[in-house]
Amino acid sequence: MGILEVKNVNKHFGGLHALKDVNLSVQENSLHAIIGPNGAGKSTLLNVLVGKLVPDTGSVMFDGQSVLGRKPHEINQMGIARVFQTPEIFGDLSVLENVLIPCFAKRDGAFRMHAFETVENEAGLREHAEEVLADVNMLDKRHHSAASLSRGDKRRLEMAMCLVQNPRLLLLDEPTAGMARANTNRTIDLLKDIHARRDITMVIIEHDMHVVFSLAQRITVLAQGTPLVEDTPENIKGHPKVKEAYLGETQQV
Amino acid sequence: MFGLNRRDTRFLLIVIALTLLTPFILQPFPEGSALAQFNAGYPDLMQRIAIFGIFAIGFNILFGLTGYLSFGHAAFLGVGSYAVVWMYKLLDYNVLPGLVLAIVTSGLFALAIGYLSLRRSGIYFSILTLAFAQMSFNLAYSVLTPITNGETGLQVYTSDPQILLGENEPNVPHLFGLAMNESYKLELGGWVFTFNVGYYFTAVIAILAFYLSLRIFRSPFGMMLRAVKSNQTRLHYTGVNPRPYTLAAFVISGMYAGLAGGLLAAMDPLAGAERMQWTESGAVVIMTILGGAGTLMGPVLGAGFIKYLEKIFSKINENILEGWFAFLPEGMREVVVWVLSRFTGEGWALTLGLMFMLVVIFLPGGLMEGGRRIAALFRRRPETGKDDSAPGGAPAE
Repeated sequence: MGILEVKNVNKHFGGLHALKDVNLSVQENSLHAIIGPNGAGKSTLLNVLVGKLVPDTGSVMFDGQSVLGRKPHEINQMGIARVFQTPEIFGDLSVLENVLIPCFAKRDGAFRMHAFETVENEAGLREHAEEVLADVNMLDKRHHSAASLSRGDKRRLEMAMCLVQNPRLLLLDEPTAGMARANTNRTIDLLKDIHARRDITMVIIEHDMHVVFSLAQRITVLAQGTPLVEDTPENIKGHPKVKEAYLGETQQV
Repeated sequence: MFGLNRRDTRFLLIVIALTLLTPFILQPFPEGSALAQFNAGYPDLMQRIAIFGIFAIGFNILFGLTGYLSFGHAAFLGVGSYAVVWMYKLLDYNVLPGLVLAIVTSGLFALAIGYLSLRRSGIYFSILTLAFAQMSFNLAYSVLTPITNGETGLQVYTSDPQILLGENEPNVPHLFGLAMNESYKLELGGWVFTFNVGYYFTAVIAILAFYLSLRIFRSPFGMMLRAVKSNQTRLHYTGVNPRPYTLAAFVISGMYAGLAGGLLAAMDPLAGAERMQWTESGAVVIMTILGGAGTLMGPVLGAGFIKYLEKIFSKINENILEGWFAFLPEGMREVVVWVLSRFTGEGWALTLGLMFMLVVIFLPGGLMEGGRRIAALFRRRPETGKDDSAPGGAPAE
């Protein structure tokens, strides 16, 4: 039994059959990549996992509990965090505040009215937040406004916002999209480092084959809404079905 | 002190000092001098500034922090006024029970309206609140006449029960016998300073209201409200449900509005439906934006600015203008007076409108941003070369 079990999930958008009988099993503490050509249903699948979309049929179990019908904030409270393709951060707030908010959310749940406490006095949470900021090399920028950060820093900040909650499952939606190769490599190293040092399961959706083959332990190939194969990177590389799915696309394998 | 850090404590003490010294500060010109008409140190105006300051401080907790623009806060102002007058009618002229009831009823009212309106955001939220406020206005104006006394307005009659009314109790709003309209006049040289019970009562409540808002701004709750304004999507995926946070902010700001409405009825024991009109809702929006939404002092500044403008500019009539420009030749004088009188007297709102436009266009952060820019101009010179050391200083890039 994996920590994440997706069974027979189907999703239609009008006439489009976006997900067709998707089955997926992600092992605990693994680094699992989902790849596939454009329109394969990768993003739809991710949105199902985080509660943004509800599938027409099937089940999604996280650690033995169903996530279906739960709201995104409830699913996060179960221990699933998500990094977006374009970083979603609190632009008006400082970097440190950006990381403190997930700390409060983890400690206090979906709603708690701490109107008479002072953020400054929360030394414990602050320390934890600063530790994680140091992990992603952002500690020196903690007083900057988040909106003023470069794109790469915004991604690292978002990563810190997820990690500070010690999630059991981290979902990453194309974490290197639009990055230069040097930055991509830095992100790969960062993710490897995070994965090595924590008890964390990562599911990464990626277009860039270089990223996928540098990181993933297991790969699921999705095409036209259906998983074609699931295997180790070595076996995926030469797999005929994968080549077929990617035919016509630029190959970086 | 007071659960605040050193900087905020100093800030609070300055605000307290300014509030308590307002009768001096707003009375800079000696009595009888040509500039005396710009004095604002009389009780009615000072009290109004404090009351609308409270209204705007509360509104700012919703609008400034969460970004939800309510166009219906006048409804809570009206509810507060009615609550206080009803307590006058049933108990006696002591303002305290009425103010408590005003806060409670406006809070419940805000809970109901907020629960429904907050299902939408942005312009739809604004329109919903506006619709609810106009419904409340119409209910107060006609349908609910038995409770609100319709267009006449609610007031105290001699036939009212007033069950707690004592023998020697003042027949005006009072706090345990201390009449609100009592004043002490201090004459110093050519100056006359007025210290009014009603003003100081309102001022103390305003200071408490300000302190509470300061605590909220610095609290985890306040930080969450700013996060709501900044990015709700991220908040959802961070495990936070924004809805109860916005509803709490809505109810708190509604209670502030109810308190302000109650204090209006403590000034003058009347409550009319016109207090629920959308123009009042609009006024608090303008005050908050003019002063600087999301800042602590901005809303108070905006409220003071507008109430001052309203009182002082509306006093300037054509005769006064003629007096000012008597030195001009006849034809020119008439032109100047004609033009300026459009912007003064009954036309004061035109001046306000122009000022509002200028502020929104050139100072999107309101008067507070203007103040900050001026302060920065003065500060820049001595600090050149050590900019980087400032904590939370200029962002990179």
